[in-house]
Amino acid sequence: MSLISSTSPHTTGKTDTGAFMRQVLYATLPGLAVLTWQFGWGSVINVLWAVLVALLSEAAILKARGRPLGFYLKDYSAVVTAVLLGLALPPTAPWWLTLIGVSFAIIVAKQLYGGLGMNPFNPAMVGYVLLLISFPAAMTRWIAPGQTPEPAQSWQLFLGQAGVDGFSGATPLDTFRTWAGNASELSGHAILHGQFAGLGWEWVNLAFLLGGLYLLARRIITWQIPAAFLLGVAVPALIASLVDPVRFAGPLFHLFSGGTMLGAFFIATDPVTAATSRLGRFIYALLIGVLIWVIRSFGGYPDAVAFSVLLLNLCAPFIDYYTQPRTYGHRKANRGVGS
Amino acid sequence: MLAKLFGGTHRKNRVYDFHGGVHPPENKQQSNGTAIQPGPLPARLILPLNMHIGAPAKPLVAPGDKVLKGQMIAEPVGAVSAAIHAPTSGTVSAIGPRPIQHPSGMDAICIVIDSDGEDRWVDHQGIADYTELSPGELVDTIRQAGIAGMGGAGFPTSIKVNLGDHQRVEQLIINAVECEPYITADDRLMRERAADIVAGIHILQYLLNPRRTLIGIEDNKPEAISAIKRACKGCDIEVRVVPTKYPSGGEKQLIQLLTGKEVASGQLPAQVGVVCQNVGTAFAIQRAVCHGEPLLSRITTLTGDAVAQPGNYETLLGTPVADLLQHGGVHSQQLGRLVMGGPMMGFTLHNPAVPVVKTTNCIIAASPQELPEPPPEQPCIRCGSCAEACPANLLPQQLYWHAKNDDLDKALHHNLMDCIECGACAYVCPSHIPLVQYYRYAKGEVRQRAADQVKADKARQRFEARQARIEQEQAEKEARRQARLEANRKKKEAGAAAPTGPSAEQAAALKQASLEASKAYKAAVKAAKTAEAQGDDNAADLKAEAERLKAVADKAKAAVRDAKADAPAVAAPADDAVASLKKQVGDASSAYKAAVKAAKDAEASGADDAGDLRARAEALKATADRLKAELRDAKANAPTTPAAPQTDPVAELKKQVGDASSAYKSAVKAAKEAEAQGADNAAELRAEADRLKAVADQLKADLRDAKANAPAPAKAAPAGKAPPADSPKVPESDAPQSVAGVDPEQAAKRQKRLKALKTAYNMAHKQYKDAHAALERAERHEELSADEFNAMQQKVDKLKGKADVARDALDALVEEAKADIRAHTGKDLKTLKLEAARAESALADKQQELAQRRDSAAEETLEALEAELKALETEAHIARKALKQAVEEQGLVEE
Ligand code: SF4
Ligand code: SF4
Repeated sequence: MSLISSTSPHTTGKTDTGAFMRQVLYATLPGLAVLTWQFGWGSVINVLWAVLVALLSEAAILKARGRPLGFYLKDYSAVVTAVLLGLALPPTAPWWLTLIGVSFAIIVAKQLYGGLGMNPFNPAMVGYVLLLISFPAAMTRWIAPGQTPEPAQSWQLFLGQAGVDGFSGATPLDTFRTWAGNASELSGHAILHGQFAGLGWEWVNLAFLLGGLYLLARRIITWQIPAAFLLGVAVPALIASLVDPVRFAGPLFHLFSGGTMLGAFFIATDPVTAATSRLGRFIYALLIGVLIWVIRSFGGYPDAVAFSVLLLNLCAPFIDYYTQPRTYGHRKANRGVGS
Repeated sequence: MLAKLFGGTHRKNRVYDFHGGVHPPENKQQSNGTAIQPGPLPARLILPLNMHIGAPAKPLVAPGDKVLKGQMIAEPVGAVSAAIHAPTSGTVSAIGPRPIQHPSGMDAICIVIDSDGEDRWVDHQGIADYTELSPGELVDTIRQAGIAGMGGAGFPTSIKVNLGDHQRVEQLIINAVECEPYITADDRLMRERAADIVAGIHILQYLLNPRRTLIGIEDNKPEAISAIKRACKGCDIEVRVVPTKYPSGGEKQLIQLLTGKEVASGQLPAQVGVVCQNVGTAFAIQRAVCHGEPLLSRITTLTGDAVAQPGNYETLLGTPVADLLQHGGVHSQQLGRLVMGGPMMGFTLHNPAVPVVKTTNCIIAASPQELPEPPPEQPCIRCGSCAEACPANLLPQQLYWHAKNDDLDKALHHNLMDCIECGACAYVCPSHIPLVQYYRYAKGEVRQRAADQVKADKARQRFEARQARIEQEQAEKEARRQARLEANRKKKEAGAAAPTGPSAEQAAALKQASLEASKAYKAAVKAAKTAEAQGDDNAADLKAEAERLKAVADKAKAAVRDAKADAPAVAAPADDAVASLKKQVGDASSAYKAAVKAAKDAEASGADDAGDLRARAEALKATADRLKAELRDAKANAPTTPAAPQTDPVAELKKQVGDASSAYKSAVKAAKEAEAQGADNAAELRAEADRLKAVADQLKADLRDAKANAPAPAKAAPAGKAPPADSPKVPESDAPQSVAGVDPEQAAKRQKRLKALKTAYNMAHKQYKDAHAALERAERHEELSADEFNAMQQKVDKLKGKADVARDALDALVEEAKADIRAHTGKDLKTLKLEAARAESALADKQQELAQRRDSAAEETLEALEAELKALETEAHIARKALKQAVEEQGLVEE
């Protein structure tokens, strides 16, 4: 009789990391759908291309590091990175932009740090920031609402064969930043006045919110990060807009513009690079939110999810040290780095 | 209605919640549908001596003994232990190591009983009314019945129910949660034997007198709940239904659920006024008290896909698992994993021959599909699921990270030791990381490190104590050297100048010595305290050392005061030197003896510092010998007997130098050897060697001094020596002839005077000592005014003066007697003593050699050695006798 010998527990739950990641992928679908509805097929093409690049890069690097391919590809983490980056890129992005961003994210930001679980920075955001700094023009050409390109046009944009000038326009965040303080201009730009936030973008954000709620319901993420993230954006926005509505946009506008919802539910929740305790995660995401509002309101970039997330990734270990929960049987929680 | 909802009762009956927890598939329906059935009566029962936590029981039977069912076959040893009884009648066939369920897979000592199949009971009888017994007697009944916690840990129940009067029990909690999947033993027990359980709980109530008694049951056992509720009707036991969640049956979790209290980290539930007992234990107590049946069997759930008739079996303790499996009809080809206990915290069994013990609540014979091989471990994605599941509110992902990186400090900072190893984290981990395994490993490392730390601390304390001793010795030696120099100088001036008091120089030296001594004492006290605080077992040693040092320090202080007091008086300093040397000799030899004893103890217990201690003892012996020699010297030089002949101090010193340097050399050699073997006390040995070198150097310096001083003083002495030619040779004959020419009358007179003087001196000295001690005490507590203090000091000084006078007279008499011996034997007393001592030590050396070589040496060598030993023995005997005779004849009493 050859019996299995193992240490307790002898049974494990049904979840596994791959399933976990797949849930995240499903949750992005509403957002992807609305992006496509608003801005054409560019996002879908981006996402598919990004996934292909990610899988190839991951496979190549795993091979180089001598790791088993199947086992590691099955965890879907590369796919999630690719999809999130693909969603964040403008639908006008040519193929080489995605290629550079995704391969850098996978090879450098993830695998060179030791692979899944070891990377201190969110790989998708590292790729995004690299592109934003290196190719600022290409990265900020969004499609103007109501100018949705045909599928063929999207394909041509992807191949870099068509000029984007016909479609591109400023995003609501961009527009507001340009005209902040000028009351008549602000009221004159239609893009700033959708049903309840920026035109077009309000639906995109609503869709990501929906996906995020699904993740919450499936307990893939916990409420601390998205709630704190949104609070961090909304509270300063509310206060500032009450003080000076002409210079500062209101909370609704901030919450439903740019990458807010994608960031709150999909980017900042990346467990590997976030803080780890409940309180830590709350603080972590709250600071991301505040930072986003600060950069949007005073900084040089129209949106700031990527920068804010990376900055707080840097702080996460530190936050962890100061936010340990109070262990059962202890009067106080341990704080600090220990000895 | 509203009042009921929001009123006090609602709050009081509240069930609290604990953090985390998981909901693994329950898998209880396989085994909870059928009534409890009797287990097998195996041909052979295997009863481990440590089925419980604590000291293994001590067998009362020997192989071949016939035993009856219920007969005690092993008795508890110490407080935390439990008795073992024969679960059936039969014959003890063996007592020896057998495989048992243990994570390490190690064997343990078991009593093996071959059953005779008759199952014949020993005479037994229940207690009709246990309230007539005192709680103490009742506790003893439970102890004799061998009851240990049946829930999991197996802690002897008699300890848990015997709290002492000062402990008020707020809540007695009966753990009927049974939260682990698969297990249904307590469930069935409650359904079928609720009345007995409640009777057992009443016994516990009688013992503990709790304010409230609560039973916690998970809500997935409705039948058990209603059965218990029915049985509890009309009594003060409250049944609390807790939601099904693993691990709500953990002791700490259940306490939190039912009372909202947390047991502080590292403490026991009793410290928050809670006692927890398992239902099975309550049942066992009832059997023991009301029926006189000791713990012989338990309900064990046999379940799993590989079992044909899963269910609960009343299994005799010691039943091999294989017998139980066979009894339940296990399809061995379907068996993939055998687990003792639940799937969350149980252990896999490597060998189905292991026995069922007091804590075995479940055997899972699982098919490979049911409990498959764990999936391969993936990287931690820090998802935090584990932290959400952890009932101790730890951060398992951080613990894992630190444990994996062997960063124990960080892991401890994250409260590693508060992990209850429940496995909830590993259960939920999507990356299938065997987290608990990492924690067990890290905990083991932490414990190992703590043990190492204790060892290192011990070594450090030893080292510090030795440093203190060395300092003190050095100080003493310096003081002695000063005294000697002074004495020599005095002697030079003796003829002409009137004797003066001790010089300022000497006083300063004494003061220095006193300071050093008290410093050493304080250090030793500190070391002893630390050792004690850590429960160190050499604390006693250290304390003794401290005591000794205190005595030394006190003496040094007294010496300082003496010196001060003596300054104006016309006292002979050399006398003081003699006295202090005498005391030192006493101290040194008692230190030596203590060290020898310590070394022997250490050797006996196989301690690894035995060698070290032995070396220390040797060093002390050398010191003692040296001091003895010095004492002899000093005595000889004492000015009260100016005519006293004197062996050449230079020669004596030379010998000492020789001794010291050879001691140094051997120490260096030992240190080198230790170093070569990488022994961890090499450094200590080296330090010892250095010290010895210092001693040798010091002695060399002394020698130089002495040589410089030698020609001047009593070099005329040899004239006083009797001519050696016609001196009677003592050692040749067995019975040395009486020393000629001694006037017996005179001797008797002297003897009388000696005795009187001695008493006088002793009394004076004692008075002085007492007064001095009182003074010291007063000084320490600072309870005297300056005037009072001075007055007291004066008194002390006066007493001291009295004692000194008495001693002077005594010494004079002794010297007189010694001179007589010299005159009559041609040898002075010292020589006789030396001879005796040498013979003695040669004898001791031979004995030791013999002992050492007993195992290794050849037969002839041993014989030769033995013969040598015999010869030496005779010699020593003769020397001793000669000495004794000489002493007695002079009315001296050997001190
Ligand atoms: S559950 Fe597993 S993967 Fe998730 S944080 Fe804990 S250890 Fe890491
Ligand atoms: S095994 Fe330890 S760390 Fe894991 S859930 Fe249980 S108590 Fe927490």
